[in-house]
Amino acid sequence: MEPVQQETMLSVKGLSVMLKNARVLEDINFEIRRGDVLAVIGPNGAGKTTLFHALLGMVPYAGTITWKKDLRIGYVPQRMEIETDLPLTVFEFFRLRGLPDLSRDKAREALVTVGLPERVLDTGLGEISIGQRQRALIAWALLGKPDLLLFDEPTADVDVRGQESIYQLLAHLQEVYHLTIILISHDLNVVYKYAKQVLCLNHKKLCFGPPREVLSPDQLQKLYGGEHGFYHHIHMHGQEHEEGHHHSA
Amino acid sequence: MTTIIAYQLITGIFIAVAASLLGVFAILKRMSLVGDALSHVALPGIALALFLQINPFYGALAFLFVSIIGIWFLEYYSSLTIDTLVGVFFTSALALGSLMLPQVELLDALFGDISKLTLNDVLISVVLSSVLIAVLIAIHKRLALNMVSQEMASAIGVNAKRLELIYLMLFALGVALGIKFVGALLMGALIIIPAAAAKNVAGSLHGFMALSAFFGAVLAVIGVLISASYGYPPGPIFILTGAAFFVFSLFARSYLKR
Repeated sequence: MEPVQQETMLSVKGLSVMLKNARVLEDINFEIRRGDVLAVIGPNGAGKTTLFHALLGMVPYAGTITWKKDLRIGYVPQRMEIETDLPLTVFEFFRLRGLPDLSRDKAREALVTVGLPERVLDTGLGEISIGQRQRALIAWALLGKPDLLLFDEPTADVDVRGQESIYQLLAHLQEVYHLTIILISHDLNVVYKYAKQVLCLNHKKLCFGPPREVLSPDQLQKLYGGEHGFYHHIHMHGQEHEEGHHHSA
Repeated sequence: MTTIIAYQLITGIFIAVAASLLGVFAILKRMSLVGDALSHVALPGIALALFLQINPFYGALAFLFVSIIGIWFLEYYSSLTIDTLVGVFFTSALALGSLMLPQVELLDALFGDISKLTLNDVLISVVLSSVLIAVLIAIHKRLALNMVSQEMASAIGVNAKRLELIYLMLFALGVALGIKFVGALLMGALIIIPAAAAKNVAGSLHGFMALSAFFGAVLAVIGVLISASYGYPPGPIFILTGAAFFVFSLFARSYLKR
């Protein structure tokens, strides 16, 4: 346990979401404290992105979502449905935020922070690679000087090495800017490596806690069911971390 | 003669610039054909206005507003698919309008008529087009953001529903204004063609908007002048010249964006 309890950034109580007569989320409860990295995992269609949408107030929900007062939230979506020839430069895209004082210098700085070359500024948002766009989205979020970042990992499109470096970037940013991060991940390696807390979600909360304590093979089997690919993956981790077998569903 | 051409030029330019700017966002939103379907709803409105002996523009505008609010409402509050509803009700409106309207007025409503513009018509068009352009420019960043990612827009506090309603109402206004100029059948093209040509050669959003407005204005001038010299209605000239612009822009695109 931690010596000092950090302040609560977000508290979710009894959160339920109905979409088109289907219960997507049911009675979700969790809390996140300053500086935490919370990974949300679960099979496809488990309601992970819907959870983010509810947190952002985009879908109607029951229950309570309490943010720390005056908290600034940055959001990095999973994907953008844009065409490659969209006439919108990266700089213009940054300016869509509506920040009155966003100079080119500041925009360039933001690009450098996320490891993008400065020349990207005048390139079309649809022209840059998907990996670069993801970094540009992180830069966009950082321009709002967020206290908390919601990061929805793309399911496909970005190669494994690209993803690895994105997480290194996030970990770095978390340290430099003291960010609190909630991320949706499909990769358990990422969860073990970067997350302090994990929320297993399959419409309901199946587990919550430090990954090494709550992600038992049983728990993962229960979460992902018979999804073959995941099982292998899980099995390896399971053997490494056989201790901590508690369920908190 | 010259007064009426001046009236036509002023009206045409303002309406075309407003419509072309709407077109930029219609293309970004991938709703290029909404203008076509929506314009049909104006016909019963025009018929009713003629019956009540008021300016047909107001009849068209009233019907368009009601329809657009209906679309918006259904989009957010029902699970019905909009395409089907639009396909059924908007074409029914066209059918109803064509039964209600006398032959001459029907042709004017379908293909536009600016041969008998009054100063009052010009003023209405200029003032309302200017309002449309001003509001659109004021909301263009939020609109563009909402179109590339609704989630990111929400995250910075953009009210997507309200924004959508404002845009759709501007769209209805643009269609009502444009019907006088090019008619209900060609209205969709007035909105889309300048923007489609501009998109091919623009490298930025502001370039896209400026070029689209510029193309719209140039096409309006060409349409009015050719119509004045040769007696064709300006609408079809606008659209055909615009289609030629589009083809040229495709070539320019492959040259510019290699």
